[in-house]
Amino acid sequence: MILKDLSEAIGVSGEEGGVRAVLLDAVQGLADEVRVDTMGNVLAVKRGAGRDRMRVMVAAHMDEIGLMVVGHDSDGFLQVRAVGGIDPRLLPGTLFQVGSDHIPGVVGIKPIHLVEDEEEEKVAKIEDLVLDIGAKSKDEAKRLAPIGTYAAFTTRFRKRGRVVSGKAFDDRVGCAVLVELLRGERFRFDLHAAFTVQEEIGLRGARVAAYAIEPDCAFALEGTIADDIPKDKDVSPTTQMGKGPAITIMDRSVIADRRLVRLLTDTADEIGIPYQIKQPGIGGTDAGAIHQTREGVPSVTVAVPCRYIHSPVALLSLDDFENTVRLMREALSRLTRRTLSR
Amino acid sequence: MRELVRKLTETYGPSGVEEQIRATIRAEVEPLADDVRVDPLGSLVAHREGSGEGKRIVLAAHMDEIGVMVTYVDEKGFARFTGIGGVRAINCVGGRVAFEDGTTGVLGVEEKRSDADKVPKFEQLYIDVGASSRDDCPVKVGDAAAFVRPFVAQGNRLIAKAIDDRVGCAVLIEALRRLKKTPHDLYFIFTTQEEVGLRGARTSVYGIEPDLAIAVDVTLTGDMPESKPMAVELGRGPAVKVQDGGMIAHPEVRDLLVQCAEKAKIPYQMEVLERGTTDAAAMQVVRAGVPSGCISIPCRYVHTPSEMVDEGDVENGVRLLLEVLQTA
Amino acid sequence: MKVVPLLKRLSEAEGVTGCEGPVRELLRQTWEPFVDEMREDKLGNLIALEWGEPSKLLRPRLMLAAHMDEIGLRVTGIDKGFLRITRVGGTDRRALLGVEVVVHATRASRRGRDLPGVVATRPPHVLPQAARKKTVPWDEIFVDVGLPPKEVERLVSVGDLISIRRELAELKNRRVAGKAIDNRIGLVVLTLALEQLSGARHAWDVAAVATVQEEIGLRGAMTSAYGVAPDLGIALDVTFGKQPGVSDVDGSALGEGPVILVGANFHSGIVARLKEVAEAHEIPYQLEPAPGQSGTDAWAIQVAREGVPTGLICVPVRYMHQPVETLDMQDAERAGRLLAAFVIGLEPDFLEELAWEQGSA
Repeated sequence: MILKDLSEAIGVSGEEGGVRAVLLDAVQGLADEVRVDTMGNVLAVKRGAGRDRMRVMVAAHMDEIGLMVVGHDSDGFLQVRAVGGIDPRLLPGTLFQVGSDHIPGVVGIKPIHLVEDEEEEKVAKIEDLVLDIGAKSKDEAKRLAPIGTYAAFTTRFRKRGRVVSGKAFDDRVGCAVLVELLRGERFRFDLHAAFTVQEEIGLRGARVAAYAIEPDCAFALEGTIADDIPKDKDVSPTTQMGKGPAITIMDRSVIADRRLVRLLTDTADEIGIPYQIKQPGIGGTDAGAIHQTREGVPSVTVAVPCRYIHSPVALLSLDDFENTVRLMREALSRLTRRTLSR
Repeated sequence: MRELVRKLTETYGPSGVEEQIRATIRAEVEPLADDVRVDPLGSLVAHREGSGEGKRIVLAAHMDEIGVMVTYVDEKGFARFTGIGGVRAINCVGGRVAFEDGTTGVLGVEEKRSDADKVPKFEQLYIDVGASSRDDCPVKVGDAAAFVRPFVAQGNRLIAKAIDDRVGCAVLIEALRRLKKTPHDLYFIFTTQEEVGLRGARTSVYGIEPDLAIAVDVTLTGDMPESKPMAVELGRGPAVKVQDGGMIAHPEVRDLLVQCAEKAKIPYQMEVLERGTTDAAAMQVVRAGVPSGCISIPCRYVHTPSEMVDEGDVENGVRLLLEVLQTA
Repeated sequence: MKVVPLLKRLSEAEGVTGCEGPVRELLRQTWEPFVDEMREDKLGNLIALEWGEPSKLLRPRLMLAAHMDEIGLRVTGIDKGFLRITRVGGTDRRALLGVEVVVHATRASRRGRDLPGVVATRPPHVLPQAARKKTVPWDEIFVDVGLPPKEVERLVSVGDLISIRRELAELKNRRVAGKAIDNRIGLVVLTLALEQLSGARHAWDVAAVATVQEEIGLRGAMTSAYGVAPDLGIALDVTFGKQPGVSDVDGSALGEGPVILVGANFHSGIVARLKEVAEAHEIPYQLEPAPGQSGTDAWAIQVAREGVPTGLICVPVRYMHQPVETLDMQDAERAGRLLAAFVIGLEPDFLEELAWEQGSA
C-alpha cells in the first residue's frame, strides 16, 4: 500500500532521499517525464489527452519534521534541535531513528520520582533535552551521529478497519493522493506533479518548482490538522476526521482563488462527495509559495484530515483519503480555461 | 476628490475578495487609460502609454482592506472569526461588519472572561448576525466581512474605514485623471492582498518589469495625545518614505520625490516608520530589483474603523505624484 | 595581500544597509586588478566577473556572495537638539551607550555633512534603582552632536543616516576587534580568494557579488541571484564564535578554522566537496549545523529562479552586532584559501556530481 511505504520512509526536511526513492519507484510508468531538480524535488509530467495546453501543478511535500544532531556531550548523549515545527511537549518518551543506519535513539527526561510539583508543570526546552543512542563516550557519539545527522520518528504504519495510523501523514498522504492521480486516466491538460522538499521549513521546494513549471493554476495536497477531540468551548475542530476532504479558503500563507474553491465545492455537491472547509487562518502550505511565483498563480489547498499531525502517531480515515482522490480527480476533469476566466 | 474617497472607502473589499472594489475602480479608470487588465491574482492594471522616451514606471496602491473571516458557526448561529490582515481585537469590540452580500454582523464579546479587565482575545469575540441556529445562519465558514463605518468629511479632515489604502487608490485615480502629457510608460496598479503580505504587488510587478516603482499608501502620525514619538503629522503634507519595517527606500527615488516636492513647492515630510510596510517593499526585490519608494499619506488611527487623513495632504499627494510623472 | 590593513579599511569604511556607497567604491578599487568586468545593479549590488577558461566554450557560473552592508541607526526625530533614533538592521541597544557615531546630515546640504556624535542616555545617578537594572529602551536613547538646538534643526533631517565609528583594534594572537566585522570579514575572504583565482586556472566563471541589504532581509542576494542566475552559489558570512554565554552547540571556536555549514540550506554535495578540499589542502575547518534558516544570503540564493545548489563558509565572530566584533585573522585567511581551492578544483561537469538519483519514466 503506497501510503504505508511512504509513511514508513524517512525524509526529514533537508534529506528527503528515502521518500524520493519510494516515489521515483511508484511513479515509474505513470508519467511521461520524471526528473529531479537541484533541490531534490521530484517533478513528473503527465501530458494532456486533449489539445488544451493548460499547465496544472499539483504539489505534495515529501519532507517530514524531525530533529538534527547539533552536538555531543561528554557522556555520549546527542544534543539536538528541531527541524520544522516539532512540539517539544511530545519529545519525552519518544523513539527516534537516527542517521542513515537508522540507529534507534530515545528522548527521556528526569524521572517523576525526583521531580518537585512545580517542575512537573514545566515543558522541557529542546535545548535541554538529549537523544540517547546508547553511546558511551563523546567520540563514539560523534562517530555514530556526526553533526548534521537527522533523526525521524519511528512509527510503524497500522491499519485498524477504515482508520490507519502512522508517522508523517503530513504530507505522505498528500503524496499518496498525488500518486493515485497520476495512476488514472490522462486529463485534458498537462498535469505537473511536484513532490516537493523542505515545505516544513519554509515552503522552499515548492517555490523553485513552481518557478520552473510556470503553471496556470495549482493545487496543493496536504494532510491537515483535525482537532476534533473534546474541548471546553464549542469552537472549530479545524477539520474533522471522517467528514471528507478539507478545502482551504484562507490560511496564514495563502488566500485560495475563489474560482478554484467553487470548482471543488460544485464538483463535490454535484457528485455527492462529502467535504469540509478547513478552519480559516490556521497553518500554511506549499500553495503559499506557489501562488506568489512569477506573475501569480491561482491556487488552492485540499487536505486529508489527520489527527495528531506533527506528533509521532497520526490517524486518518481511508474514507477521507479515497474521497480526496475522488474529489481531485473529478474536479480536475471539470477544470478548463473557462474556470479561470473572469 | 472627497466624493471619490467616499465612494472608494465605502465599497466592500477585504483581502482576497476584491471583486466589488475592483469593479468600482475599473469604472473610474477605464475611460482614462489606454488599456486595463486584471492579472492572475486579481490586481487591476491600468496602462497609460508615454511618448516613448521615458521610463517604465509602476504606481501602486492596494485596493484590499483588512476584515474578518468566519471560522466556525456554532449551534446557535453565532460565528467565530479570524482577522484578515492586521486586525486587533481591541478595535473589534462593539463594531459592526458587513459581508459580501450586505449581511450585517455585530461584534460581541464573551461576558464570562477570567481576565475581564484586559483587552479581549480573538477567541473571546464572535459575530452575531441575528440568526437563531446554525441552520438558519446566513453566513458560513470562509465568508469574509469588512468593517462598517460611514465616510465623514469634517473641516479639512476625512474620516472613514479603509482609508488604508483607498485614499492611495484615490490619489492614483486622480493623478491619472489630471495627467496630461508624460514621457513615461505608466502602469497604475490597484493591487490585491497587500494586507496579508504584499501578495498582489509582488506578482504584478513581476509581469511588468518597470524601471521604477512608487507606492502610495498611508503612514502613521505622532500627533495624537500620548503618541509614540513619530515625526509625521497631519496637515504638513504627504510624507516621503525613507525607511519602514520592510524596506529602505531607494535613495534615488527618495531624492526624486524630495526634489519634485521642492520644485513644485509642495509641503512634504520625511518618514521613518518603525513597524509596518507597504507594497513598495515587495516591488523592490522583484526579479533583479526595482528602485522603489513611497508617497505616504499621514493617517491617524490606522487599522481602526475610523482612520483620519487631512484633505490637503491628499491633494498635495496627487500634486506630488503628478510632478514626478511629468518629470523625466 | 596584507589582510589586517585590508580588513581595517573595509571595517572602518561606511556602508550602512541601504547606503553602501562608500564601501562599494572601496571594493571596486580593491577588486579592479583581480577581475575582468564589474557592474553595479539597480539596488547597488557590486557584481564582478572573473572569467574561467577556456574562453570560447560555454562555462558554468559560480556566484560568490558576501554582504557589504552593516547595521546602523537612523534619525526619527529631533527633540531639543537631541536626535531620537531607531535602528537600521539588528543594532543591539545593549552595546550602544557611549559609542561614537557619525550623523550624515542632509537638511542643509544635499550632499550631506558629517557630524560627529555620541550615543547617550541619562546618567544612572539620576535614575531610580529599578531603571538602572534594565536595558535602556529605544525611546530613551539619543544621539548628541553637541550643537545648539537651532543649529541641529538647520543641519539634520528626520531620516538621516547614522553610522557607528570605530577604529579596528588589534588584540593578541592575531585577533582583531571592530565594527562591521559582520560582514566586512566575508569581503576580505572573498577578496583573498579573488586574488588567488586571478593568478590561477579555473574552469568555472566566477561572479563575485558584494550584496546590499542583507541585514534587513537578504534583499540584495535575492535580486543579484536572480540577475546573475548562477549554476552554483557560495555565500561567505560570519557565525557565532564561542564566548561566555554561547554554548558549544551554538558557537564555533576562534582559531580552529573556517566553519562549513550543514543543513537543508546547503547541498550535501557541496558540503562534501568543501570538506574534501579542506582535508586535501590541510586546512582545519569546523562544521556547524543549521536545521532551518541559515540567516545568511545563502538562504535567498538557494531559491532563486529554479533553485541554486548552495554552500556557506563562515568565519567565527564573537559579540555579533556589537561594535567590538572579534575574530581570529587566521580563520579568515584559511577561509580564503579554502574558497580559492574549491573554485580552482571545480570540474566543468561538477553539476552532474550534484545531481540527485533520477527516475526512469
